[in-house]
Amino acid sequence: MAGNGKAPIIEVRDLVVDLKGHRILNGVTLDVYRGEILGFVGASGAGKSVLTRTIVGLLPKQQGRIDVFGVDLDHAGEVQRQEIERRWGILFQQGALFSSLTVGENVEFPIREYLDVSDRLMTEIAITKLEMVGLKPDVYRKYPSELSGGMIKRVALARALALDPEILFLDEPTSGLDPISAGDFDQLILTLQRTSAMAVFMVTHDLDSLHTICDRIAVLGEGKILEAGTMDAMLRSQHPWLKAYFHGARARVLHAVAKN
Amino acid sequence: MTAGILHSGQARGDWVELSAAGSWTAEYASAIEPQVEAATRGITARGVAININRIEYLDTYGAWLIERTMRQWAKEGREARLVGLREDFRGLFEKVHAGTQTLSAPPPRTNSIVATLVSVGMTMSAVAADLHLFVQMLGSLIAAFGRVIRHPTTFRFTSTIHQLERVGWRAVPIILLITVLIGAILAQQGIFHFRKFGADIYVIDMVGVLVLREVGVLIVCIMVAGRSGSSYTAELGAMRMREEVDALRTMGFDPVEVLILPRIIALVIAVPTLTFLGSMAALYGGGLVAWLYGGIAPEVFLTRLREAVTMSTFEVGLIKAPFMALVIGVVACVEGLQVQGSAESLGEQTTNSVVKSIFLVIVLDGVFAMFFASIGM
Repeated sequence: MAGNGKAPIIEVRDLVVDLKGHRILNGVTLDVYRGEILGFVGASGAGKSVLTRTIVGLLPKQQGRIDVFGVDLDHAGEVQRQEIERRWGILFQQGALFSSLTVGENVEFPIREYLDVSDRLMTEIAITKLEMVGLKPDVYRKYPSELSGGMIKRVALARALALDPEILFLDEPTSGLDPISAGDFDQLILTLQRTSAMAVFMVTHDLDSLHTICDRIAVLGEGKILEAGTMDAMLRSQHPWLKAYFHGARARVLHAVAKN
Repeated sequence: MTAGILHSGQARGDWVELSAAGSWTAEYASAIEPQVEAATRGITARGVAININRIEYLDTYGAWLIERTMRQWAKEGREARLVGLREDFRGLFEKVHAGTQTLSAPPPRTNSIVATLVSVGMTMSAVAADLHLFVQMLGSLIAAFGRVIRHPTTFRFTSTIHQLERVGWRAVPIILLITVLIGAILAQQGIFHFRKFGADIYVIDMVGVLVLREVGVLIVCIMVAGRSGSSYTAELGAMRMREEVDALRTMGFDPVEVLILPRIIALVIAVPTLTFLGSMAALYGGGLVAWLYGGIAPEVFLTRLREAVTMSTFEVGLIKAPFMALVIGVVACVEGLQVQGSAESLGEQTTNSVVKSIFLVIVLDGVFAMFFASIGM
């Protein structure tokens, strides 16, 4: 699925981002293709979240170009930009649910703002989304503060999926979940991705996720993309950091399991 | 992309087949929904089929609208069937079909009289709970203070000085500005009205007594409640939301000793100091207006002030200050620790903190007025 001949849905070219005087990203070039799950790895503090936040427009960039759906975000007008924002969904690391709204209102929020659908359909879609991410409809009237960490992530995913996005950004979706829930979450993302053919851009540290659901992996280090390709390519790479990452003690157990 | 359409059915025996085409996506959901309702209304046949072969794009919205219609027919006792399901849509339909949509009924509405009574009752018990929490906090503060006295090394000296800088030193300019203005306004009003009786000189008595006994300390307390009480509540609230208070407790520290005692000690030192500075500034403002507007020379003002004001007038104002500081601090900290998980609750508790501490400061002022009157001060 390595985008053979397909047009990329996100195109990042020579991106440079400074944060408080420090150069975090220095010439990042990356493509994300329609219908693939791209795993995005890198050492803590390498700038994975910075790249995600820059693509979605939360951080300013110094140089470079970002095209989403073939539109240069620098030259997109307000309406065009909103149109693009409607077509992506973002799952933040801590969920970022609106704490003063109920779970149902959280999921309905983007629907209410962007689409002109009846209240009945809106409620039904919200419940459908909640059930799709594996929650019981009862959570609909609860407040985020009444939910566990795993449930918050699921609700946040339901909200990210509310408008049936074409790109889904996930910032460490499985961090803080137990291995079983993390595995379930991976399968959930895979199923949802296969049913709607969306592109998934996933920042993760979870080697399990990288193995099981990612079509392609991109590695960030030294402010650049060190390597991008399939898991096999990662395993063959001679870059010291990649070797340490994919052949470390934690990874070896996984390979052993995978081989059996 | 063309908007989704639902063609009404052709009867085949006791079956009707409807056919769907176009884009059944979120964008067109509002246009499709009425079509679906209209096309499915007048159906009398025993069995219904939807042919979705010609749907180009489909997402959860479209799939749900079809699923909902099928469920409606099934409930009416008709046989419902999906025809022409493309392989790539199958997963989506299975997901949507698996949903139960069983939402528990919303809590029933009670009638308005009962609701009013309930809310009055809740408010009363909340007042009682507040009082309880206030006394509890006062108790744990005294206990923490006792511990600190016995083991002076555990006292958070740096933290106290830091808080003192925030609530005392940095408040000086605004307190001085406001009290100068208040003194000036009091003097101006006094001169304006007393002049009618030719009693302008008594304005000095009025300004002196009023500022030193009441206005100085009240203005300072209201400012401090709004400025420092609110920030105490917001800080402690945010720390509670992010489990910092729990972290302290699990490490074996008493949050009251670490977080609250330094803040309250800082307030108890700062408020009397600010009251003194504020009162002086108000007298200065009053004197200035008396001179410029009322034509009372500064020497006359000072002589008259010495006669009108006794040491006890000055003491009454200052004695009240530390107690009011304690009330403001305790209310702010109690409210801060009440913050729940949501951003809304943080805002609500901060408002409560300011409103309650100003209210209690004024009540306390009344109590002190009765007390001083009965001991003849």
